[in-house]
Amino acid sequence: MRGWWRRDPFFMRYMLRETTALAVLAYALVLTVGFVRLAQGEAAWDGWLAALRTPWALLLHFVLLAAMALHAYSWFVIMPKTMPMMFVGGRRVAGAVITRAGWAAAVLAALALYALARRWLS
Amino acid sequence: MAEPGTIEIQVLRYHPERDEAPAWQSYQVPFTDDMSVLQGLQYIKDEIDGTLSFRWSCRMAICGSCGMMVNGKPRLSCATFLRELQPGPVYIEALAHLPIERDLVVSVDEFVAKLAGVKPYLIPREQRSLAQGEYPQTPAQLERFEQYSACINCMLCYAACPEYGLNRDFLGPGVLALLHRYNADSRDGGRAQRMPMLNAEEGVWTCMAVGYCSEVCPKQVDPANAVNQNKVVSAMDYFLRFLPRSGGTP
Amino acid sequence: MKRSNAPLLWLPFGAGGLLAALLGPMLVFITGIAVPLGWSLRPDGLSYARVHALAQHGWAKVFLFLLVALLAWHAVHRIFHSLHDLGVHAGAAGKLLCYGAALALTVASAASLLAIGF
Repeated sequence: MRGWWRRDPFFMRYMLRETTALAVLAYALVLTVGFVRLAQGEAAWDGWLAALRTPWALLLHFVLLAAMALHAYSWFVIMPKTMPMMFVGGRRVAGAVITRAGWAAAVLAALALYALARRWLS
Repeated sequence: MAEPGTIEIQVLRYHPERDEAPAWQSYQVPFTDDMSVLQGLQYIKDEIDGTLSFRWSCRMAICGSCGMMVNGKPRLSCATFLRELQPGPVYIEALAHLPIERDLVVSVDEFVAKLAGVKPYLIPREQRSLAQGEYPQTPAQLERFEQYSACINCMLCYAACPEYGLNRDFLGPGVLALLHRYNADSRDGGRAQRMPMLNAEEGVWTCMAVGYCSEVCPKQVDPANAVNQNKVVSAMDYFLRFLPRSGGTP
Repeated sequence: MKRSNAPLLWLPFGAGGLLAALLGPMLVFITGIAVPLGWSLRPDGLSYARVHALAQHGWAKVFLFLLVALLAWHAVHRIFHSLHDLGVHAGAAGKLLCYGAALALTVASAASLLAIGF
């Protein structure tokens, strides 16, 4: 089974999907450090903000953004598999419909969050 | 140089009584556009090498006998055409992750034992007399389990599943899809008896939702869906198990 | 057949995955790109005064805690199983490392958010 995932594009895409977890963990760590700095006072918090402005941090977050987007995309691709058969008006709801609804929800949630940020952080 | 209308087929041969390990053997097979891989193998056996062993029966993708790896992918040899695989060579091996008995013949013993273990038959909720007649079932009730009943036990999904490859104790996509087929049938009352198989680590919880099983299934059973929707069922069973149940039915 | 305890970790995995899918990309963009670069959000949008005031609300603490905790438990669950996929037999030590990391982030977040006060 060594290197099994390298033997087919399907498996490579699966592994890529799974690696997005590293980005999710990295971001959770960034946020945790933020909370700790916030509790430590203004100087510590400003230090955390300054760290986020460094080129390395910016590069990291572009990578994290791409990974998060891939996570979101692949999450809703797999979501229909985790659900029982759904029927609307007597007709079976196809998995692709559920996936697209999920993607739409993600886009809406992102826009709502951005709108909130505009209001609260301006 | 190969003659026109010929394709090279390489088969991974293994006769345990004479071979230390499997080894590739090459054959030149004349082919026409309508020939399946199975027909290519039959040509080899009939005309070139009678020692080649492989399973087949219906040659129309319903018996589930002819599963094998064709160019690294789990396929039914009767439903795979040589013309798709030009210019060749075509590499054929026994289904992955399964013990090889001989050449392209794998052992189905594990699969059969696991299948028997999940009680793959209707277990009535209550005793029913002949006078009560048949079970009426609406089209919607039929739809809930029909696709899972299409499984032909070909085991392509076991060759596809990397988690099965990593852990042969996993019940696997096919067996779990058939388990679900019975749970989802409105005539069945055996769900409580099948829950322990779902709830085990070797039940749904080895699955990582890779999804390749559903990709390769020749009958569109969608075993990935059968397994993963039962994760919710199993989780609910886990968390709600200490609540008193009414009437003894699940 | 013995019942698996996987559901205990699978629920936070699922909840965290959904949360990450819905809010992850935009949160990363806001905190890690837009604010630091001043792209349409003020570079001082996350000033200490603003954020500290926000974090004093109970509901904000709950949201921020759940965000970090669920993302962390989702991630380590996937990472641990990916190690198995890669043929790494991490065993009990691996479990301790992965889930311990999530626990550490959970505890640190909770402690900090509470320390900020109300």
